Amino acid sequence: MENKDFEAIFENKLAKNEMVEPKDWMPDNYRKHLLRQISQHAHSEIIGMLPEGNWISRAPSLRSKLVLLAKVQDEGGHGLYLYTAAESLGTSRDEMLDALQTGRAKYSSIFNYPTLSWADIGAVGWLVDGAAIMNQVMLQRTSYGPYARAMVRICKEESFHQRQGYEVMTHMAFGTPEQKEMAQDALNRWWFPTLMMFGPPDSESPNSENAIKWRIKRETNDQLRQRFVNQTVEQVQYLGLTIPDKNLKWNESKKGYDFSEPDWAEFKNVIKGNGPCNKERLDARNKAHNEGRWVREAAAAYGKKQMEQYAAA
Amino acid sequence: MTTQEALFKYTLRLGDCSIILAQRLCEWTSKGPFLEEDLALTNIALDIFGRGKSLLEYAARIEGKGRTEDTLAFFRSDRQFTNYLICEQENGDYAKTMIRQAMVDCFDLLLYSELTKSKDETLAGIAAKSVKEITYHKRHSFSWTDRFGNGTEESRTRAQKALNELWRFTGEFFEVEEADEILIKEGVAVDVKSFQNKWETELHALFEKANLTLPETVFMQTGGRKGIHTEHLAYLLAEMQALPRMYPDAKW
Repeated sequence: MENKDFEAIFENKLAKNEMVEPKDWMPDNYRKHLLRQISQHAHSEIIGMLPEGNWISRAPSLRSKLVLLAKVQDEGGHGLYLYTAAESLGTSRDEMLDALQTGRAKYSSIFNYPTLSWADIGAVGWLVDGAAIMNQVMLQRTSYGPYARAMVRICKEESFHQRQGYEVMTHMAFGTPEQKEMAQDALNRWWFPTLMMFGPPDSESPNSENAIKWRIKRETNDQLRQRFVNQTVEQVQYLGLTIPDKNLKWNESKKGYDFSEPDWAEFKNVIKGNGPCNKERLDARNKAHNEGRWVREAAAAYGKKQMEQYAAA
Repeated sequence: MTTQEALFKYTLRLGDCSIILAQRLCEWTSKGPFLEEDLALTNIALDIFGRGKSLLEYAARIEGKGRTEDTLAFFRSDRQFTNYLICEQENGDYAKTMIRQAMVDCFDLLLYSELTKSKDETLAGIAAKSVKEITYHKRHSFSWTDRFGNGTEESRTRAQKALNELWRFTGEFFEVEEADEILIKEGVAVDVKSFQNKWETELHALFEKANLTLPETVFMQTGGRKGIHTEHLAYLLAEMQALPRMYPDAKW
C-alpha cells in the first residue's frame, strides 16, 4: 500500500470516531503532536506532586493528611499511565524525563506557583483539578486509544480530588476569621493562574486547529475557559468568597459571565521559566533524580547478577 | 495501674510508633529514586498512618476524657510521645530508610500477627487489617535490603553504614513494662519476648543473604517508652503540629 492509502484508512477511522492504536499507521504530525501533549501531561502530574507534597508533613489533621497523601499518590499514578501511553508512540520514559529535567519539555505552568498556606491545598484541588477536568473529560474520547483509556481512569480520580479540594475550602471559608482570610487569599492568588491553564486565547493558539481535526481536542481554549468560569462562580458564592475580578458580570445575551482576560504577559513569562517556582520545581526534580541514581544502579546490577545466576544454574 | 490505664498506654504507644514512622516515610513522597518506588513508599506511609489513626482513635476512646486522635497527635509534646526511638530517626539515604523499615516491618509482622489473637476485639481487628499490609511492606523492605547488599559496592557500603547506625535502636522492641505485664496476663497484649528469637533469626538470615554484618558490640539505646527521645523528635513534631497549634480553635 502507498502512504496515501494508509492516510485514507487513518482519516476514515477519525471520521467514524474509531480509536487509533499504537500499531496503526499515523501521520508524523499526529504522532508528534500527541507525544508532546501526553508527555507534557505526564510531566505536569509529576511536577504537580511537588506543590501539594509541600504540605503533607504539615497537614492539620490525620484525616486531611491521609487524603492529601492519597491524592499525591494518585497524581504519581497518573504520571505513570501517561508515560506508558506516550511510550507506545515510540519514545522511552528516560528520554521524556531527560527532556523534563533539562528544561526542554514543558509542564503545566500552574505548578510554578507556590502553595503558601493550607487553603492553597484546597484551592489547588478545587480550581486547578477542576480546570484540568474540563480539558480531560473530552480527552476520554480522544482519537488515540491508549491516551483515551488512561484518561477514563484519571478523570474518575480527578473529580474525586476536586471534591476533596472543595471540602478543604468549605472548612476554611466557614471556619475561623483567620481561616476565611486564608481561603480568600488563596482564591486571589490562584484565580487568574487557573484561567491561564486553558491556554492562550483562540486567536493566538497555534496548535488548536489540527488538534480539533484529530479529536485530540474537542473544544477550544476560550470555550473551555468560559465554561469553567460559569461553573465556578456559584461555588465561590456559596463559600461567601469574592472572585478577584471587578469585571466579572453576568451577561444575559451570551448566558454566561463576562470576565477579565488573565495577564498573558505573566503567562508567557512563566512559560519562559521566570515564574515564582520554576527553578525550585526543576531543582527538586533533578535532586530526586540524581540522589536516586545509585539506587537505580544497584537495582540494575542486582537484576543482572540474578540473570547470570539463573543462566548458570 | 488499672487495666484501662494500661490499655490506654499500650494502644497509645502502638499508635505513636505508627504516626511517627509514617510521618518520616511521607517525607519521601515526590522525592523517591524513581516513580514506581515513590508510589510504593507513599502507599506504605498511607497504610501506617491509617493504622496509627485507628489506634489513636481507640486510645482516645479508652481514655474517655474527650480527647480525639487529632488532639493526641497534634497537642502533645515530645515528652508525651512514647514511640520507639527507631521510628523517629531521620530518613537519611534510601538504604537507611529501607534498613530501618526492614527492622520495623519484621518486628511489626510478628507483633501484629500475635495481636490478632488479642482478647480486645478492637485491637485484634486493627491487627488483622495491619497484618495484610505489613506482609507486603516487609517483602518490599527485605527485597531492597537484599538488592542493596548484593547490588553495587556503593549500595552495599550505604546499607552497611545504615545497619551500623540503626542496630542500637532495636533493643527497645523487646522491653516489657508494667502496662505490658498487666495486659499480657489478661490476654490483651502481646508478649514480645515470645518472638524475640524469631525476629533475630529472620533478620540475621536477611543480613547474611545481603552480605551485611551486624555491628558487634552495640549498646542498646532506650527511652522512647518514657518519653525521653533523640533530638530528632521535637523537630519532627514542630513541623507536624505547627498549624493546629497556631490555630487551636480551627476545624480542618
